[in-house]
Amino acid sequence: MKKELLVGFVGNPNCGKTTLFNAYTGANLKVANWPGVTVEKKEGAFKYHDIRFRLVDLPGIYSLTSYSLEERLTREFIMDSNVDVIVNVVDASCLERNLFLTLQLIELGRPVVVALNMMDIIEERGMEIDLHRLPEMLGVPVVPVSARKRSGLEILMHTVAHHADKVSDYNLEHHHGSRMEKKQNGQRHRHEHHDEHAVVYSDKIEDLIDEISESLRKRYGLRDNLRWLSIKLLEKDEAVMMKYPVSFSSAAYKNYEEDIINQKYDFIEEIIEEVLVNKSRRVAATDKVDRVLTNRFLGLPIFLGIMAVVFFLTFIIGDMLKGVFEAGLGAFSGAAAGFLEYINAGSFITSLIVDGIIAGVGGILTFLPNIFILFLALAFLEDSGYMSRVAYVMDGIMGKIGLSGKAFIPMLLGFGCTVPAIMATRSLDNIKDRRRTILITPFMSCSARLPIYVLFSGMFFGRYAALAAFSMYIIGIATAICAAFFMNSNSSKAAHSPLLIELPEYKAPNYRTILIYVWEKVKDYLTKAGTTIFLASVIIWFILNVGPMGVVNDMSESFGAMLGKAIAPALKPAGLGMWQVVVALISGIAAKEVVVSSFSVLFGIANINSPEGAAALAGILEGMGFGALNAYSLMVFCLLYIPCAATIGVIQREMHSARWTILTVLFQLGVAMLMSTLVYQIGSLFL
Amino acid sequence: MTLKDARIGGSYIIGSMELDAVTLQRLGAMGMTRGTGVRLLNRNREGTVIIMVRGSRLALGKGITGSILVREA
Repeated sequence: MKKELLVGFVGNPNCGKTTLFNAYTGANLKVANWPGVTVEKKEGAFKYHDIRFRLVDLPGIYSLTSYSLEERLTREFIMDSNVDVIVNVVDASCLERNLFLTLQLIELGRPVVVALNMMDIIEERGMEIDLHRLPEMLGVPVVPVSARKRSGLEILMHTVAHHADKVSDYNLEHHHGSRMEKKQNGQRHRHEHHDEHAVVYSDKIEDLIDEISESLRKRYGLRDNLRWLSIKLLEKDEAVMMKYPVSFSSAAYKNYEEDIINQKYDFIEEIIEEVLVNKSRRVAATDKVDRVLTNRFLGLPIFLGIMAVVFFLTFIIGDMLKGVFEAGLGAFSGAAAGFLEYINAGSFITSLIVDGIIAGVGGILTFLPNIFILFLALAFLEDSGYMSRVAYVMDGIMGKIGLSGKAFIPMLLGFGCTVPAIMATRSLDNIKDRRRTILITPFMSCSARLPIYVLFSGMFFGRYAALAAFSMYIIGIATAICAAFFMNSNSSKAAHSPLLIELPEYKAPNYRTILIYVWEKVKDYLTKAGTTIFLASVIIWFILNVGPMGVVNDMSESFGAMLGKAIAPALKPAGLGMWQVVVALISGIAAKEVVVSSFSVLFGIANINSPEGAAALAGILEGMGFGALNAYSLMVFCLLYIPCAATIGVIQREMHSARWTILTVLFQLGVAMLMSTLVYQIGSLFL
Repeated sequence: MTLKDARIGGSYIIGSMELDAVTLQRLGAMGMTRGTGVRLLNRNREGTVIIMVRGSRLALGKGITGSILVREA
């Protein structure tokens, strides 16, 4: 037996595949992107009975066609990599639809083990699955598991280890279900493949499969996967047709895709009839919940209420926790200054560490509670199954701006972080829809912009601070909608792809899945604080303390000030024409939080988020003539202007077009200038 | 009639679908092909519906539902 096994996890979206994957690997996994594309690739390894299992979590898919990137990637992984076993995770509570992918995987001719997940739900509903008959009909092992209750995990890997290298050691026993026999008027098929293949198609299609297999063998000398390739050629699969063009007899020119799908589902119906006991004893609780949550009158208010709660938790509860972090940071900063004095570090080094690094990075770390709560809430919405209902509820409104409700999901994720939100636009089929969604998603205020709002609204809006911060989210959404509406009315009347999304059953979110999700985001945030923000703080400190004459005592003679002063006039109409503000905004392109850390460095305030620090900064700013209106204008500008470097990178990778990326960046800069100027000029009339 | 005008709670059989290849393929993968039985669970004012097809729930926009012919089961 092999010492190391490469195992691919394949399954429908929402089948619990990731929960199962996490149950084996924990948070101990590598997340990378597939070469050349930004589809997340998760890999983890563990050892069991002297075998090292390398698990790869493949994207959730419904079928193995070549229409979507996710499907193509999964197919290529199975066909081209040296994967030893495919674990097909199947949601037992939705067996009929899930088995469609199973049948296609089996046709690929690689070793498949079916992990029958969510067996606990089946039991709860009083249903039973004949675990003796199911593997007989499929010809592959079937292992019942529950990823949530962590049962059956060892047996599954045991089966995987024993099943590697074997396409099938199960005897297929078909016995002909009732449906097929009726169709054939009691006659048996001419093609007796029932002991070889799980799915046997109609005689006509089987004849064509034989014919095409023969020509593939002759023309390309192929020996493996002939049946699968032939089926794909009959379905007129583009990728396979390009790779193996064969000439068909006249009968094979037709597209048999629909027949092949139907016949697979006919077979699945046979399976369901034989293996599923007590099919529909209870109305699923999901339908009862949906009657409220997707109600035509209540759906939208409920969604808005949920979002209000999310932001309330993020701002109010997060801020309470933040106080603890600030106290810690103050103590640390003081201790560091004391230590540096003790070891006699020069004032240059002391300033770099205390005013540059600790002020910059530490100021950002205090926002960890807010970020944590926001991502926790988003994870909860996603894992409970509510996110896809939002797509349904928002479909009508999104339709008015020329997008489907599905485009709202990336926008909603954009409240967390724009980078995964841009990646999530991949679920939109239509390239035009994707472009427009990518263009407006950065307007959804991400968590990195939160420190800016909290700092400035806290300094200038007193009692109304939370309201001022919350208004940024409203302005962001309104800007996104206006921008989409404007583009829609300007573009040719090409209809957008209509909504098509599965609504999974509601479930209690799995705490492990949520913790791992949140931990990944928190880790990203910490990494960003330790790398991008750290570096940006150091660079900002340098350009502010070094000028053409060497080290400067007065920052206004530094390189940073020269740069700021050159650009400042452009932002004067927006009330942001101070060189310090300009420097902070430029540095914010590295990451939006850097705007805050730059203010700390610019004004030498060690603990900018503490009441004392904020008061000191507010005093200095007001002395410069920077008041509440300027602060609000700054917040609007930060909300809308050039997205962070990571976002620009992901837009470029997703769109593969430098022109489009630059256009997006310029568009956002233009909108920011316009909106903040409007805010400042109109505000000036009243104040 | 089309799926767009179907009544909530009703059961229907899918007839012909005048849709592009990608949408048809996606619907097919979800088990929705000609002759499939579906049940309408919900519909909003714009004609976006939620249907039950082969044990799973699908939300379909009016651009799709208006192009799917159905007959009562």
